Amino acid sequence: MEILDILLSASFWAAAIRIASPLIFATLGELICERAGVLNLGIEGIMVAGAFAGWMAVYSGLGLWPGVAVAMVVGMGFGAVHSLLTVPFGLSQHVVGLGVTLLATSSTYYAYRLALPEVTSPPKITAFQPWEIPLLSDIPLIGPALFSQTPLTYLAFILVGVVSLVLYRTPLGLALRAAGENPAAVAAQGLSVTGLRMGAVIVGSGLMAVGGAFLTMSAFDSFFFEMVNGRGWICIALVVFGAWKPGKALLGAVLFAAFDALQIRVQQTPLGADIPYQIFLMTPYVLSILALIVMSRRAEVPAALMVAFNKGER
Amino acid sequence: MRLEPIANPSLARSTLPPALAIAATVVVASMLAMLAGANPFAVLGLILKGAAGSQFAMLETLNRATPLIFTGLAVAVAFRARLWNIGAEAQLYAGALMTVVLGTGALQWPAAALLPMLVLVAMLAGAVVLLVPALLKVRFGVDEVVTTLLFNFIFLLFISLLLEGPLKDPMGMGWPKSERLIAEARLPRIVEGLRLHWGFALALIAAALVWVIQRRTTLGYEMRAVGLNREAARFAGIPVNAVLIKTALLSGGLAALAGFSEVAGVKGSLTLDLSPGFGYTGIIVAMLALLNPLGVIAAALFVAGIFVGADSMSRAVGVPTYLADIMLATALLLMVLAILLTRFRVVRE
Amino acid sequence: MTGADTAQVVLRLDRITKRFGALTANDAVSLDLRRGEVVALLGENGAGKTTLMNILFGQYTADEGQVMVMGRALPPGNPRAALEAGVGMVHQHFTLADNLTVLENVTLGTEPLWRWRSDRAAARDKIAKLSADFHLAVDPDARVGSLTVGERQRVEILKALYREARILILDEPTAVLTPQETDDLFTTLREAVTKGLSIVFISHKLHEVMDIAHRVVILRHGKVVAEMATTDTDRHALAAAMVGSAVSAPRVAPGVPGKALLHLDAVGTPDRGSAPGLKSVTVSLRAGQITGLAGVSGNGQAALADLIAGLSTPAMGQINLDGHTLATWSPRAAVEHGIARIPEDRHKTGTIADFSLTENAILESYHKPPMSRAGWMSWPQAEAETQAIIKGYDVRCPGPDTRIRLLSGGNMQKLILGRVLEANPRIILANQPVRGLDIGAVNYVHEQLLKARDRGAAVLLISEDLDEIMALSDVIHVMSEGRLSPEFARGTMTPAELGVWMAGHGFDGGLAHAS
Repeated sequence: MEILDILLSASFWAAAIRIASPLIFATLGELICERAGVLNLGIEGIMVAGAFAGWMAVYSGLGLWPGVAVAMVVGMGFGAVHSLLTVPFGLSQHVVGLGVTLLATSSTYYAYRLALPEVTSPPKITAFQPWEIPLLSDIPLIGPALFSQTPLTYLAFILVGVVSLVLYRTPLGLALRAAGENPAAVAAQGLSVTGLRMGAVIVGSGLMAVGGAFLTMSAFDSFFFEMVNGRGWICIALVVFGAWKPGKALLGAVLFAAFDALQIRVQQTPLGADIPYQIFLMTPYVLSILALIVMSRRAEVPAALMVAFNKGER
Repeated sequence: MRLEPIANPSLARSTLPPALAIAATVVVASMLAMLAGANPFAVLGLILKGAAGSQFAMLETLNRATPLIFTGLAVAVAFRARLWNIGAEAQLYAGALMTVVLGTGALQWPAAALLPMLVLVAMLAGAVVLLVPALLKVRFGVDEVVTTLLFNFIFLLFISLLLEGPLKDPMGMGWPKSERLIAEARLPRIVEGLRLHWGFALALIAAALVWVIQRRTTLGYEMRAVGLNREAARFAGIPVNAVLIKTALLSGGLAALAGFSEVAGVKGSLTLDLSPGFGYTGIIVAMLALLNPLGVIAAALFVAGIFVGADSMSRAVGVPTYLADIMLATALLLMVLAILLTRFRVVRE
Repeated sequence: MTGADTAQVVLRLDRITKRFGALTANDAVSLDLRRGEVVALLGENGAGKTTLMNILFGQYTADEGQVMVMGRALPPGNPRAALEAGVGMVHQHFTLADNLTVLENVTLGTEPLWRWRSDRAAARDKIAKLSADFHLAVDPDARVGSLTVGERQRVEILKALYREARILILDEPTAVLTPQETDDLFTTLREAVTKGLSIVFISHKLHEVMDIAHRVVILRHGKVVAEMATTDTDRHALAAAMVGSAVSAPRVAPGVPGKALLHLDAVGTPDRGSAPGLKSVTVSLRAGQITGLAGVSGNGQAALADLIAGLSTPAMGQINLDGHTLATWSPRAAVEHGIARIPEDRHKTGTIADFSLTENAILESYHKPPMSRAGWMSWPQAEAETQAIIKGYDVRCPGPDTRIRLLSGGNMQKLILGRVLEANPRIILANQPVRGLDIGAVNYVHEQLLKARDRGAAVLLISEDLDEIMALSDVIHVMSEGRLSPEFARGTMTPAELGVWMAGHGFDGGLAHAS
């Protein structure tokens, strides 16, 4: 059976992990924001901005890792704008998030047009190359899938562990989780809710931007418009699907990416040729909606998500 | 830092912050223009001229404002009830789709009957498209922000599928485009000789109707109550779920009219690039209008002016048109902050 | 409890003044606390007690005045500095994160945020020792969301003790406790005093103040009006000082019971999270009678109130109104059947903050004539009705177009009262009707409920305040974990006996009193 062949091929799983990587970064970023109590709808725009910023830095002569750093800083900048408006001023997180997405996207396109006014096809950079991990990459099936990826992918997986560790084992993570559940509890213990929430949004936005940069610096090697194409919104669904836990979010991202990789390959089979390609392209979005429906009755939502904290409100 | 409500804001307090927000937007635009190597005053001047500097420009602005009034109303109605309809884009295309399905020859009726029919069917289509996320919210508690957003992508792919398939114009030289509307399905010009079609008038009427609904009907009262405090509304006996569904139907229908208006008034057929993001821009229009239906008209004219002016300016001096989007995003963010500052003062603790 | 007069001053509030816009919440308040002392800060709702403590704890900054702890000035507006100086606060509304364990809540903020690993073992030991020393039994690994109210308060106190507080502030700690749990708390507090802690005890409950405090400081309208040792005074003097005049609660004549207007027959509802549902509750509300429901909050009162208000339907059993079983049940149906509902939280559920008084007044009646006809609102009618309520119920406000968020709690509650009583209801559900109100408003609300009762209405009064229940009710039930006790007639039960039922013991079958 064709589908079985696909599922058992190493290239399929390698593609799945590669497709999952930007999702992992961005989902972790959104998870950090939401755990602290802030919904960050700027994710789509920040990914676009990160994709361009990182690529542009490399195109301008910086190394790959400095490029990633530039992307991260750009993301953090937009995160600062978002959190300034939503945390101390308590403005609507929906409106500010959408505004930030628009701002980040339009700034990116403007900058692109200014930097490269006469291009017809997008210029390329030398992107991250796969690092084969010796020995491990020779294991059949999972070798190529997990251990022949680019360094950014390895970073994504490591970050899942790091975020988990910080969230559940450090005082900072504890404070963050409390800020998303009952900010009054945090304030009563002498910590700054504003500082924690703003910090979470800024760091989370940085990660989102790195997720965007993955697209232009690892998965592909050039920047084009409509590149992110709704991945940011899908990550918001993945946070819910992962019940706001890093490990589960990773699982969700990989599962989702596997479906995406599958639909790409099925399109090329005789069975797939009869179905209009638009149906295949729809599947990621439909799946996300289904994931949301399935996971919606959960009690794990951070209780203070989207609730602004007004110190000593009368 | 603490926010303290102001009981009786002074005139200065009510007008200064929004004025400063607009001024700051202009400053940002100027700086970006300079980055592009252009003279900021020239750029701003050209935007103004392109928006309203001639009869042609003004008509163009009014035309561009028409779909924005519809989507702005759609978003304003929904946001009032705290229903986060980010899917106006899909609802717009739903309206356009039904216009084309029935208006390209399926119904050979005179215009006086066909046009109202198309309006009705378009609104129904838009209502149905928003109904699905609304039901998911009401039944399963699924957040409608993400579902309506994802729906935009899904629906656009669906339109693409139809345009390359059953709806494809056999005489379209291979482009994914629908057949043209019959003459009876076209919205006539308001005044002979001026490039302004009846869609604009329809938009104004729609805004007035929405205003009446919100201020004078029980439904409007219910929508406002549900939007401000859902729990208190439920406790008092207001049928919250029914109100949300009715809001969704109204909002989706309004957004769909933007699609109808663009197809029947401007383009004459359906293509994938019918909407350069009118659904999303409607959010900006609604927020700038403070969700007030009459304010939506003014905000739509403002936003349309910026886009039309920026297009014309870009053709003249080459500054990328995305300047308009940056200006609007900045205006939106600064405006929501400014409005807060008209009602609350910042107190250092 | 001896030698307190000559002991050192551990806390001094020196002419603290705080204004919020036009309102002066604290007016040159001065207060001394000596080591090993328990000082009660007494005053009715709105007197400025909580504001004062928020200033002490750093959540507000005083406009004038100073706070000195152990002789050193406390940096204002800095909760961290207050904590480090040894001030610990047990808030009225617990500041706990439900998704975290007891251990996590207690250690939150106690380690530097840059630290890489939390030292759980040491924390665990310290909590165990404090639990034992101060009689605060609690499981460190329990999720706070699953704890009872009494257990949560223990966690709040542990938080303060864990941070080595020398000064403990408790804000209305007994509002949510049974009489026995209150005794346990007082044991803990006395233990703390012997260990050298000093305590500020905020309350409006006079018998408790007389029981636990050495000295009482009385606040009225933001000013200190009296200060006395408890050995030199009694409850009446305290009450008079609190209100500024002889306290006159309404005279409560017993009601004349008529027929059952509402009857619940073995009604059961499902639990919702940590809030218990009703467990086979059978009760009748009789015309001309006030039925009081006593019990610690979180024991099913919300489930019962929601049911009668129309927000939920019975999963088992039936509701009978006037002898008929109902086909459909909803908040609107409840209103149609003549049930007046005064919700527990006037801000969250009772009013819409940014609506005008008029828009709030018609929340239950907007859909029928005269407020609307065939879907069209009649705003002049609505405004006229609102004016009638404003006059009839003494709602102090600038006018019917004012946004209701600008009104005081008492005036908001009067509007709600007017809105529901104008319809001449036969059944009244009053859920914590006087919570957070000043004495004037409290008396007014009680008077209105009694008047309605005397007109023949059946009143269900749900309250955490046992004194209120005992003063007003003709019959009393106690609620514990969703179960309803038998009916106790006025005067047949002491608070201690009711407390036993509140703690859940009477239900085990031993203590059915003749009613």
